[in-house]
Amino acid sequence: MSAPAVSAGARPSAAERVGARLVRILPPLLVFVAILVIWELLTAGPGRRVIPAPSAIAAAVGTDQALLWRSAQATLVEALGGLAIGTFAGVAIGFATARWATARDVLLPIAIGASTIPLIAIAPIVNNWFGVLNPLSKMMMAALLVFFPIVINVTRGLVQVQPAALELMRSVAASPTEVLVKVRIPNMLPFFFTALKVATTLAFIGAIVGEYFGGTSDVLGRVVLQSMSNGKFAVAWAAILIGAIGAMLTYVVVVLVERVAIPWYTALRGDEA
Amino acid sequence: MSAPPPGDAPFPPGVDVAEADDPTAAADVEARADALATGSDRGAEAVVGRWSSPGGRLLRTALALVAFFAVVAVLWEAFKWLAGDPWRLEGILGTSLSYEHFPPFRVLQATDLQLPHLWSIAEALAAPVQRSQETSLFTYLVGAAAYTLAEALIGFLLGSAIGIALASVFVHSRLAERALLPYVIASQTIPIVALAPIIVVSFGRGLTSVVIISTYLTFFPVTIAMVRGLRSPDPRALELMRSYAASRWAIYRKVRLPASIPYLFTALKIAAAASVVGAIIGEAPGGVKEGLGRALVNFNQQYITGPEKLWGTILVAALAGISFYVVVRIVEVLVLRDRGRQEA
Amino acid sequence: MSGSVAAGAVPAVRVSGVRKAFPVKGGGETVALEEIDLTIERGEFISLIGPSGCGKSTLLRVVGDLVAPSAGSVEVNGKPAARARLDRDYGMVFQAPVLFDWRSVEANVRLPLEIQGVGGSERDARVREMLELVELGGFAKHYPHQLSGGMQQRVAIARALAFQPALLLMDEPFGALDEMTRERLNAEVLRVWARTGTTVIFVTHSIPEAVFLSTRVVVMSARPGRISDVIPIDLPQPRDEETRETDRYYELVTEVREALRAHHGPAAGSVASLERARAEGGIG
Repeated sequence: MSAPAVSAGARPSAAERVGARLVRILPPLLVFVAILVIWELLTAGPGRRVIPAPSAIAAAVGTDQALLWRSAQATLVEALGGLAIGTFAGVAIGFATARWATARDVLLPIAIGASTIPLIAIAPIVNNWFGVLNPLSKMMMAALLVFFPIVINVTRGLVQVQPAALELMRSVAASPTEVLVKVRIPNMLPFFFTALKVATTLAFIGAIVGEYFGGTSDVLGRVVLQSMSNGKFAVAWAAILIGAIGAMLTYVVVVLVERVAIPWYTALRGDEA
Repeated sequence: MSAPPPGDAPFPPGVDVAEADDPTAAADVEARADALATGSDRGAEAVVGRWSSPGGRLLRTALALVAFFAVVAVLWEAFKWLAGDPWRLEGILGTSLSYEHFPPFRVLQATDLQLPHLWSIAEALAAPVQRSQETSLFTYLVGAAAYTLAEALIGFLLGSAIGIALASVFVHSRLAERALLPYVIASQTIPIVALAPIIVVSFGRGLTSVVIISTYLTFFPVTIAMVRGLRSPDPRALELMRSYAASRWAIYRKVRLPASIPYLFTALKIAAAASVVGAIIGEAPGGVKEGLGRALVNFNQQYITGPEKLWGTILVAALAGISFYVVVRIVEVLVLRDRGRQEA
Repeated sequence: MSGSVAAGAVPAVRVSGVRKAFPVKGGGETVALEEIDLTIERGEFISLIGPSGCGKSTLLRVVGDLVAPSAGSVEVNGKPAARARLDRDYGMVFQAPVLFDWRSVEANVRLPLEIQGVGGSERDARVREMLELVELGGFAKHYPHQLSGGMQQRVAIARALAFQPALLLMDEPFGALDEMTRERLNAEVLRVWARTGTTVIFVTHSIPEAVFLSTRVVVMSARPGRISDVIPIDLPQPRDEETRETDRYYELVTEVREALRAHHGPAAGSVASLERARAEGGIG
């Protein structure tokens, strides 16, 4: 949270910025290439391996295209649907807990408790509640995992406002709505995006755990399990890879939205994802 | 809101701090840093109330958890009272009292099959696991929980050690941080659960696989929080150490490490919960026979005949998670008891 | 708004018989203010000075209707303080700049005007004018974290003036700044005061600052907070850096210092006063 004092006009040139960016992305890029090469060298050659070569995984993506594509779509719908439901519900309840002390008294203990217990244990129940064959059951599992971090962070963001800022708003006779719109909500947004980034991963975890406890077979979680037990390791890896790419892309989208939505904050914090 | 620029001391000596701006403003910025560090869900406690003595802090945690069970129980039975199956209670607690109630609504999720009464679950926990056996379901589940907790503990310790080590390297080497930190972050966007079957096949159906998964879920919050913690000392404190010509190791030991402890514990509480999740995820598809994950899978298959057993397992899993959290919390309060700062 | 009432007739601020007590945990109360009577004429520059826990910040907040008095009344321009606040008669500057990170400098200055409902070109013109006034015209598009502490506080002052408030309330606005910056901003505040004709109440710990700025210095004593002295500052206007080197300036600084000492004694009971001050600060 350090904030360097910058005088007017002292901006880095375009070339400098490109250079700085290169310095930032080059080391991880090199690590990536190195890992890929070493992995290939260690695992290349004939025979089925539990950890297949990257080239073998790529080949599996080609041969089992239809199944993988179908499963990826299904799992993505579950995860994103759950993310949407959980986020929407979490924001709504977060506003309620921030606004009403009674809501806080009831919901905050639940939120604290929920953060200490393994919520995924409830996956089989959620499957039963919303229909084990219905994608909604996986969505609800994802939504459940997403819900609590969103509620807690939205509440904190709305409540933890600098007291002097509230005094300032009072001194200019601002209405409660103005305080909410001009102070509390902007103050909440960084908290919200922090939670949303965590939530993207949780949504995929929720969806896949839900899949493990039963349901249709054309979903990434089942494809992984099935291919593993049939010894089709490359297909399993391909499914995992696709799931990981889906999750990462979702994460990247959230980071980009964050940059557009709260540029003042991303600039303040510096460039960490 | 506006963090003071470095070098501008917020309260120069001699200024009346108490009458100055509210001290919670600083705590606010700190809390936000923590939230960032861990993506976290702590802080709820901070909203609940502030008691600053060690006993008070533990009491607060205990109250919050008791409140958790109380609130869940009340909502649970209220849902059933409104929308469940008819209630027919006879001979309540050995008396001749009876109670009948027909809920005004009907929701599938509130029926006795989908959401048994809490007392039915309690009865199932007290009953034998199988007809032929002596041990009660509860005893069996506590054994399973102990096994899962043991796995989780190993994963927790390994993950924390890896996290602390990684953070220590990152703080001393910008290059290592640049090269590896993106992967540490990316690793968390990969749904580890998808990897679980592969790990189980690679390392066998046993402890090793479960511990690996548990470790994987644990190291991240610790790494990120420790990077922040190790960077948290006042720059002037570091300059002071340099003026003594202190070695990097000495600075690390005497300034960075102590400063990072509150951050570490914030992460450890999250890691405790994550390690239990990791253990259950590792057991469920892997077929480790002893743990809670397996119990979940088994009782899920018996759901139609006895949903209470699955619910009982979930309840014990919740208690296992909470007890791990509570232990970490107690250690935290003890370790930090002499620090004036409020750690939520 | 500021010029709408006939000058001379009504004082800018009239505080009569104000008492403020805060309840203490475990019963009882701490008295932060007792029997405060103070009348401030229009266009005056009043400093409140006193030891920790003397209630000067509380008095400022009572005048600004941020804290309700336990007894007594406050009138601003002949209206009750609450009415004055709703009429947007106040501009407030706190010790911390309290700028919003998500708003650029100009958007921060614009905030009170948005709330007041001033629109369009008038609003933009006012914002530009205020930024010029505090010599930050070139930083309109910057964000708070890009500015130094002194610059941030100047933005806060521009924001407080944006209403063209009848009464400017400043709570140790320069307490966190270094001496050089503080002196420069002192001069700037005097310039702004001269140009706008606003009445100012200024809480400070610094005797030189109080003497340099004020038309009258109100000295307060602690436990309970009372006004112990009111010292008129007859230094000629306009004041500048040379004013600080005149004999009269030194005399007045000495006079204020002695007034403080007379009711204060040696710095004793600092823990108790800190506790009390905490209770006093615990209003947010």
